[in-house]
Formats: sequence, structure tokens, C-alpha cells
Amino acid sequence: MDARVFVYVAHSAGTIDDTALELATAAQRLFPGSSPTAIVAGSGVDAVAREAARSFDEVWKLDTEALAYPNAELLRPLLVKLLTPGSMTLLPHNTFGLDLGPGLAVRLGATYVPDVVDADGLEGTTLKVVRQEFAGQVSAHVHCNVANGAVITIRPGAFPAAQSGSASGQVVDRSTDADGIAARRRFVELIEAETGDVDITREEVLVSVGRGIGDEENLALVEELSEAMGAAVCCSRPIIDAKWLENSRQVGTSGKTVKPKVYLALGISGSFQHLGGVKGNPFLLAVNKNPKAPIFQSADVGVVADLMDLLPVLTEKIRQGH
Amino acid sequence: MEILVCVKRVPDPAENEISIGPDGGDIERDDLVYSVNEWDNYAVEEAVRIAERTGGNVTIVSVDDDEGEEVVRRQMAMGASQGLLLTDEAFEGSDGLGTATILAAAAKNGTYDLILTGAQADDGAAQVGGMLAALLDWPYASVVNLVETNSDGPLRIGREIDGGSQEINEIETPCVLSIQTGINEPRYVGVRGIRKVASIELPVMDAEALGISAETVGTAGAKVRRVDYFVPEQRAAAEMIEGSTEEIADRIVDLLRAQGGIR
Ligand SMILES: Cc1cc2nc3c(=O)[nH]c(=O)nc-3n(C[C@H](O)[C@H](O)[C@H](O)COP(=O)(O)OP(=O)(O)OC[C@H]3O[C@@H](n4cnc5c(N)ncnc54)[C@H](O)[C@@H]3O)c2cc1C
Ligand SMILES: Nc1ncnc2c1ncn2[C@@H]1O[C@H](COP(=O)(O)O)[C@@H](O)[C@H]1O
Repeated sequence: MDARVFVYVAHSAGTIDDTALELATAAQRLFPGSSPTAIVAGSGVDAVAREAARSFDEVWKLDTEALAYPNAELLRPLLVKLLTPGSMTLLPHNTFGLDLGPGLAVRLGATYVPDVVDADGLEGTTLKVVRQEFAGQVSAHVHCNVANGAVITIRPGAFPAAQSGSASGQVVDRSTDADGIAARRRFVELIEAETGDVDITREEVLVSVGRGIGDEENLALVEELSEAMGAAVCCSRPIIDAKWLENSRQVGTSGKTVKPKVYLALGISGSFQHLGGVKGNPFLLAVNKNPKAPIFQSADVGVVADLMDLLPVLTEKIRQGH
Repeated sequence: MEILVCVKRVPDPAENEISIGPDGGDIERDDLVYSVNEWDNYAVEEAVRIAERTGGNVTIVSVDDDEGEEVVRRQMAMGASQGLLLTDEAFEGSDGLGTATILAAAAKNGTYDLILTGAQADDGAAQVGGMLAALLDWPYASVVNLVETNSDGPLRIGREIDGGSQEINEIETPCVLSIQTGINEPRYVGVRGIRKVASIELPVMDAEALGISAETVGTAGAKVRRVDYFVPEQRAAAEMIEGSTEEIADRIVDLLRAQGGIR
């Protein structure tokens, strides 16, 4: 394959993001033998570019005040100008990649390949990847015609991070290409997520409840169980959307990252956005009435049961044991 | 403001267990219960609220076959004055770009200040909104969880970013926003509401009416093609506990004790 491969290196507080090294692995799986060029954009990013150069042979640095915040609307026209036609560009499938990727593909005339979880390789101009649909309930083999290049987003956590090497790649300063960039969307400010009454990121035992609980009044069953266990309650996103619990209880990519010893997942299907917030390899026990729920692929112990039947009995037994 | 909201009919995740059909080419479609994509319901509610503040109309649009009418009408009943169904055999098998191309043609056919989509639909691609914006050459913002309108000038919007922080932006109109769940509380639609919109004519447009050449959309134009569905091999399958509710509960208590889950 002679198409050029690019990898977007996300970074914050002066260090490169895990996703960048995961993309490096993904690039090798999708395009074996390629030598991807890393793209580091921002303001005052010399150190980040040097760090990236330990893992990539070539790093393009886009260093300008305008990119102090990674605004996808500013970056897109810049990348359209810089990227070689027909190239393969890898982005993380997170809220930045979602913002940049689809429009970038359209603008480049490239094929958009979103949320890749595994690779079956490249045959001629057909890229074979694995995706998931229906929140992970089924997987799909997907074939993509990448003759005119591709913009590919990689699911965070799906590929292991490449070892950060000691290679010394070359940093190429392309900052002047960013002169005069403008967008019709301007970054104003960042409002940090709130920490609530209970800091679930510090709890060792978490009882996590999802949409399967059905009704707000049924939450009492979860709270009683949690109390009997001496645990804290957290939840998946639909519980927050319904305003049944306060925001700070949400676990996941757009919520908190927790590192408990024990995680009880009750009526949670196991989307990657939810499990992306469960770190530290806890003992994960999942209860779900659907035997095919994807959560069972990540659980240590699974129970196929209706929460309404199981929770009262379980709580009672734990209470008796005390 | 004139607002177009894109909605997709999907198998309702709350009502269905998705399984793979006999030949692996599709999911089991018999007995599936469909509803509007969860994210799109929030998008419609947001559009209706904006139109209530600023005046103007909300139009619901979907690329679907005839079955799409019910979902379009249900969403109209939330407070939209118009609906539009984009239907053609040539649209079947469209990839994300195909769908965005069809929607872009419909958008150009009207005069909209704002287009809302859901952040993602059932295949988790999260692509149609961003593609639509690029095709129209309008600015775009994804995963939006706040929209504030000013009498004149740009919108002030919030994007929900990783970790749950909110990124505030100003964005010029016309623009496309993809809407995140939780931005509002979608109103309930009863049978009466649906009856009220039953008499509104629902225009149906095909490729010709939209000025789309059939080779650019549908299976013919798709660069991304699903070959089959499969169930991945369990990496390390969970130990499944079985038995009566009593037996299961006893076993869970033992396991939790052993793992330090009961204090
Ligand atoms: C940009 C973005 C960010 C996101 N961030 C997050 C995040 O941070 N955290 C998060 O959680 N989600 C997040 N999501 C949403 C995510 O994609 C899923 O929609 C969500 O995690 C689903 O939550 P759930 O598992 O509770 O609900 P569902 O997927 O609806 O699952 C409910 C489960 O309950 C089971 N069930 C139903 N009734 C019963 C019963 N009586 N007894 C036992 N089981 C039952 C069902 O079989 C099903 O498996 C995000 C999405 C996007 C697009
Ligand atoms: N067939 C369709 N008709 C109308 N809108 C759609 C269609 N498919 C996707 N969309 C819109 O695009 C959003 C994102 O979907 P997707 O890019 O498929 O994940 C959805 O929430 C809808 O708003």
C-alpha cells in the first residue's frame, strides 16, 4: 500500500493521550508496515511533539495560538489543506473525533469508517474492519472502498497502546500552514464537570444501575441493596438523562472514571461508553434479563434475572448475614 | 427560526433483544418493535422549544420506506408543523454519506436556519450530522447539550466532551448540530397528539424530486458495506450463575463476601 497514513495525536496538559498510542497500534493492524505520520496541533506543543516523536518516525507540528483549544472546525480546513490526497487518517472515536471526522472525510473525498473495533486487513483498495451495532449487541464485518483514501475513527480501548518507543522521529514544523485560519464556530470556555455529594471515583464497592431498573421508584431497591452492602450507588447515562440521580453519579466516557474493587452492574447493557469509565479491572458482576447482553462479555460473573425479583431477595440475605 | 430535524426509525432497544437472522446477513427482523432513535427524540424536543422561543417552524425529515410515516408523524406530534419522508428504492443500502447526500438535497430544497440530528443512531456511527454540514458547507457542532438563541448573531451552544465537562462555543447560523441525550426532557406524546397531526399532508420525495442521481446513493453509491453480522467469541466468558432466585442470591452473597464487596 502506498497511501500515506496519518495519526491524530490528542494531548492534554502537555502529555499525549492514551488514544494516540492506541491509534499507532491500530495503524499497524489496518496498514501493516506503514510508517504513520503523527499530527500534533495546539499552542506551545514542542514537548508534546517531541514525546510523539518517540513513537512515530515523523511528526507534523501545528503550533499556533489559534489552536490553543482543539476546535475541530478550525482544524478541518487546515487538515484538508495539509493531508495528501488518498491518505488514510486515523482519529479517536471520542467527542473530538466525532466532531472532526465525518466532515473531514467529506471534504477530502475520502471514505468515512467510524468506530472501528478490530481489523481484518487491507486487500487491494478494500479495507476490512469490524464494527459493532445496536450498542454492542451484534458485531459486523464491514468492507470499505478506500481507493480515494479514508478517515477512520478507532474506538478508545479497542486496540492496546503501542509501547512508547525511544525512537527519535523527525519533527516537521508545519505551523505556518495554519496562518490565517478561521472558523464559523468559536471556542468560548470550558465548564468543568461537577463533583457531587459522594465521590464515586474513590469508592471501592459500587452498585451501578442502568435503564433496566425501569422506573424511578424502583431505584429504592438499588439503594437498599447498596446500603446493606455498605457500597455507593452509581449509574449509566439514561438514569442521569431522566434526572433520577445527580450528574456526578454517572460512570462512563462522558461521566466519571471509577476504579473500584467490586462493580455490580444492574440492568446495564454494557455499551463501550459506559464500560470506558470502569477501570482497574474490578470484580464485575452483572445482572441482566437478556442472556445476550454485551455486558456479559466483560463480566467476571453473570446472572440472567429480572432485577425486580432478585434485588429484594438479595438485599434481605445480606441483611440477615450481618 | 426554520428548523429541520432528521429522525431515524430504529429497533427500540428497550423492547427488543437483537439477534442475528438465519443467514447472518441481517438481524432477526420478525417481531421487532420500532421507535424513533433515542437521540432524535431529544433533537425534536429541542427544536420545538427553540421554535417556541424564536417563532418559526419545525420540519421532521426521515430517509426511510413507507414504514417511516408512523415515526415521522409521532415526532411531528411533539410540535412540528411539517414532515417530509424521503423514499426511493434507490436509497436502500445507503451508507452514511448516501443518507447525508439525500438529506442535504432535502435541506437545499427549503430555507432552514438550523438542522438538528441525533448524536448517533443504532449503528453507532455518529456520522450523518457532520457529513450533512460538510455537504452544505455549514458549520457543525457534535454532542450538543445546550442551545441558546440570541435575537441576532450566533448561537451559544454547549458540547459535552469526554469526562462530562461542557465546552461552550459560539456558532454562526445556518448550522448543523448533533444533539446529545439529556439536553432536555422530551415531552410525552399521547394518542390525541398523534391524531391532531393525522390530517397534515406528509409529502414524500423520491430521488427524482430531490434531483439526486441514483448511482450516488443506496447500495450503488455505498463505499461502506456491511458483509454480515456475527457474535464475537467471548474473550473470557463470564461464569454464569444459575438456579432459583434463592440459590442465585446465596451464591452472589458468597462471591461478594469473598471479593470484599460486603462491608
Ligand atoms: C458521546 C456519547 C457519550 C456517552 N457517554 C456515556 C457515559 O458516560 N455513560 C453511559 O452509561 N452511557 C453513555 N452513553 C450512552 C451509551 O451509548 C448507552 O446508550 C448507555 O450506556 C445505555 O445505558 P444502559 O445500559 O443503562 O441502557 P440500555 O442499553 O437500554 O440497557 C438496559 C439493559 O437492562 C436490561 N434490563 C431491562 N429490564 C431489566 C430487568 N427488569 N431486569 C434486568 N435487566 C433488565 C436490558 O436487557 C438491557 O441490557 C454515551 C453515548 C454517547 C453518544
Ligand atoms: N435514515 C435517516 N433519516 C433521517 N435521519 C437520519 C437517518 N439516519 C441517520 N439520521 C440522522 O443522523 C443521526 C446520526 O446517525 P448516524 O450517523 O447513523 O449514527 C441520527 O440521530 C439522525 O438524526
